Amino acid sequence: MGLLTPDPGLLFWMVLSFGVVFFLLAKFGFPVIVKALKDRQEFIAQSLLSAKQANEKLASIQAESEALLQNARSRQQDIISEAMAEKQKIVAVAKEQAESEAHRIAAEAAKSIEAAKMEALKDVHDEVAGLALQIAEQVLRTKMEDHAEQKAAIERMLKEL
Amino acid sequence: MRGDWKFIIKFAVAVLLLLPYSSASRASNQGEGKVDVKEIIFGHLSDAYEWHIAGDAIIHLPCIVYSSESGLKIFMSDKLEGGAEYEGYHIDKESGKIVNAAGVRPFDISITKNVLELFIVCILLCTVILLSARWYRKNGYKKAPGGFIGMIEVVVNFIDKQVAEASIGHGYERFSPYLLTVFMFILTCNLLGLLPIFPGGANLTGNIAVTLTCAITAFIAINAFAPKEYYKSIFWPNVPLALKAIPLMPTIEFIGVFTKPFSLTVRLFANIMAGHIIILSLTSIVFITWQVGPSVGAPMTAVSVAFCIFMNCLELLVAFIQAYVFTILTANFIGLAQHEE
Repeated sequence: MGLLTPDPGLLFWMVLSFGVVFFLLAKFGFPVIVKALKDRQEFIAQSLLSAKQANEKLASIQAESEALLQNARSRQQDIISEAMAEKQKIVAVAKEQAESEAHRIAAEAAKSIEAAKMEALKDVHDEVAGLALQIAEQVLRTKMEDHAEQKAAIERMLKEL
Repeated sequence: MRGDWKFIIKFAVAVLLLLPYSSASRASNQGEGKVDVKEIIFGHLSDAYEWHIAGDAIIHLPCIVYSSESGLKIFMSDKLEGGAEYEGYHIDKESGKIVNAAGVRPFDISITKNVLELFIVCILLCTVILLSARWYRKNGYKKAPGGFIGMIEVVVNFIDKQVAEASIGHGYERFSPYLLTVFMFILTCNLLGLLPIFPGGANLTGNIAVTLTCAITAFIAINAFAPKEYYKSIFWPNVPLALKAIPLMPTIEFIGVFTKPFSLTVRLFANIMAGHIIILSLTSIVFITWQVGPSVGAPMTAVSVAFCIFMNCLELLVAFIQAYVFTILTANFIGLAQHEE
């Protein structure tokens, strides 16, 4: 039967055409497409992986920043309390210094008052001595005529002092 | 504007689906009122030196014949129309082939209907795939194609991964381009064969020369790249010595090497040919019943059209299935040969 015997002419053209088509497509056609698909698959897998890594990194960075913040907060607390303590200490020291200064000033003032007093007393002594001498002089000048008068004069002079 | 185009396309498809009737009616006119269904069908299934499109529209194709007596002759097929003789050759009524006066066939590589269809398939296939490949060259792998190239990508990916890699396994990359080519080739032939009008309608994959060539390429792909364990398993298989001493098992295995491509040849050829026969037979119902009378012809026309639509849908499915079956069987045979234990 004619349908079951391959026709040599068609067989010839078929071998030729299929050969050419196969050569063209297997060299310039399908490998390009298949390679692009494979590359894209790898690219997608790579992208997913790097996205996952980036996510992880982000999470770790967040944790890190959280820890840093926590650290900073506690440091801040420390510094504040330290400063408070310092402040109190400074105030205490200043107070103490002021007190001691005040004491010193007071003591000095007392000393200078004492000195002035001594000076004054010395002056008074000198004055008294001088006066006594003057009185004695006058007494002597009155040539000691009358005892009573002498006595009265001395008393008057003492009163004058 | 879009709606207009859709309407035009729908109308064109409807007209195309009706065209087998016109060519069948042309054939029926020749038999003086008698419809020769066998001639219609076998006229379609076998090759021809010219291509009837519709009515009197015929493409005459070049005949190329060579014989040692008269040398190489090239002429158009209209010189031989109606049994006329040209350069000592005429078309034999029985076989439909060019013979010389003594009835001997010359070496005949005419561009027949099937050969022209083959060229159309090849050009179409190369254009589509090479243009797609060019898109990938231009756009790289970081961009995904859409539309038609996206469809090609889906098919290529399916054959490459689900057929080639799944069936062959390690080292499948060597065979992937071949399997892709053979799948696309058979699929294009099948689909163009379903178009009732030029540039389709020839019965390519229903022609044994075409399926034989595909099977021979499969035979080469299976056997030429097989490791030596494969040949050992054929000629000295792992069976009791008694079965090898009289070479019973080697004989069976050796025959098996050839039955594989043979089954590939016949399966594809028979399936596609059967589909064409059924569609043509259903179409012929119209003409046979109209010969009986309009009261029979009119209802049977409706039945015929309904069945034809159904068969065309089925054949569309078969076109994919047969291309897939050919490819996956070839891939499996290659896989078996490559990983022979």
